[in-house]
Amino acid sequence: MTTAWNKPLPTVAGETKAFWDSCRRGQLVIQICDDCNEYQWYPRGICANCWGENIRWVQSSGRGTVWTYTVTYQNRTPGFAEMVPYVLALVELEEGVRMFTNIVDCNPRDVHIGMPVEVTFQTATPQITIPYFKPAG
Amino acid sequence: MVDLRRAAAIVGIHEHVTRYAPDKSELQIQGESVIKALADAGLTKDDVDGLFTASSSARNSGMNLADYLNMYPSYVDNTTVGGGSFEFHLSHALTAIAAGRINVAVITYSSLARSGGVSVGTGGVGRFGHPILEPSPDSFEELYGMTTVGLYAMIARRHMHLYGTTAEQLAEVSVAMRHHASMNPEALFRDPITVEDVVGSRVISDPLHLMDCCIITDGGGAVVVASPEVARNCRHTPVWVLGTGEAIAHQGAGKRDLIYIAAHQSSPRAFEMAGVTHDDIDMAMVYDSFTITVVETLEDLGFCKKGEGGEFVSGGRLKVGGGLPINTDGGGLSSNHPGMRGLFLLLEATRQLRHQFDGTGRQVPNCQLALAHGTGGALGSRHSGGTVILARD
Repeated sequence: MTTAWNKPLPTVAGETKAFWDSCRRGQLVIQICDDCNEYQWYPRGICANCWGENIRWVQSSGRGTVWTYTVTYQNRTPGFAEMVPYVLALVELEEGVRMFTNIVDCNPRDVHIGMPVEVTFQTATPQITIPYFKPAG
Repeated sequence: MVDLRRAAAIVGIHEHVTRYAPDKSELQIQGESVIKALADAGLTKDDVDGLFTASSSARNSGMNLADYLNMYPSYVDNTTVGGGSFEFHLSHALTAIAAGRINVAVITYSSLARSGGVSVGTGGVGRFGHPILEPSPDSFEELYGMTTVGLYAMIARRHMHLYGTTAEQLAEVSVAMRHHASMNPEALFRDPITVEDVVGSRVISDPLHLMDCCIITDGGGAVVVASPEVARNCRHTPVWVLGTGEAIAHQGAGKRDLIYIAAHQSSPRAFEMAGVTHDDIDMAMVYDSFTITVVETLEDLGFCKKGEGGEFVSGGRLKVGGGLPINTDGGGLSSNHPGMRGLFLLLEATRQLRHQFDGTGRQVPNCQLALAHGTGGALGSRHSGGTVILARD
């Protein structure tokens, strides 16, 4: 894909590299701690629950529900200014963690709290693929 | 805990009343404010040993300010937790004074958000945008077009979903703030508005309309805090610090229920320390970045139950003469909002406790106890909450 991506791109740091590598393969992964058995989001280099070190990546089902959302009509930031109105949302994954995302591939008016959604991916650059959510099919 | 009640008092205040100052620097506004706040207290530059400040635009703002003012403070606090920073500063100044480290602290702030053309709420990752996780791993938010308004709007949407809160109830907050602003000659917007005006204004981030959002101005000010020994000899009757509580709320590794905000943690700490109850509070200064901020804050401060905030703010309760007058200067929704408004909460609470407006409609009658709660950051991701309880001498 050669279209210039004019929205922000993620900082791919050591502790998040595995996440972005998985996205490029079309897989949404999250972390679980082998010491306390808790999932966590966003990805990080420690377990945010017990502060242990035995975290590992697991594949999420990629399914969840809309926990809350807003239809955004004004954003001055280039890349998003042209995109309004768009849906900014917190999606609760089946694994129980909530992540920020956009709800795409639907009319913003149809989005509601509790709506079942599933992950979908968009290629931003040859290195970066970004997860979004769309109504569950 | 050591009893810190009345271990320090607010003895001097100044609000730089300009709402548009393209010809001044932020440091000049702070400098002028500090000088006038010290004059208000009857103190001088040589009396000050503690310097407290926060800035959205400058890193190392404490060093910059000491340099500009040509001061050599022995105690510096640069705590920067967004708009609530100054309630944290007051809490820290109280502790430093009680410990005998300092006798007189100055807390000051300024911003040129308006003349700088800063999109405070909708500028995304601009310098006044919502607080990003930095340095990395901020890889999971900015991708999606977060705005400060959007992060509050998501909480408003959830509140409506859970509790049936309506757009009209949120609008009641704006109407009450404008009513107060109509009595404040320095307020940016002073013409009365109606609920219909608010819900009829354009939607910025659903369900929040333009008039659910705070305004953008320049401005600044300063607060002088002193030990009891110093306070007794100042020009005004002291305004005592009775209790303080500080808290941070965040995503909790993806599991926190963000319908509960930082005030839920900071408020019990402040009330317990002060040894007073909600019924004792005569007026409150509640950070009003957005109408939903006020509804959520009043709930989590404990003035009403969770979910009942929409009903609580309705029917004029928030106006002087109502059950709980708040933001009698017109708040961030109508008076001023340079980006981090927490300092102005302390200024107006002090004015009310000094009975500065006696004989006018702005004065809360016989005001003895005031609460100020500053929120900084964004309800939907991470934010600070600083609660302070202040008492007339």
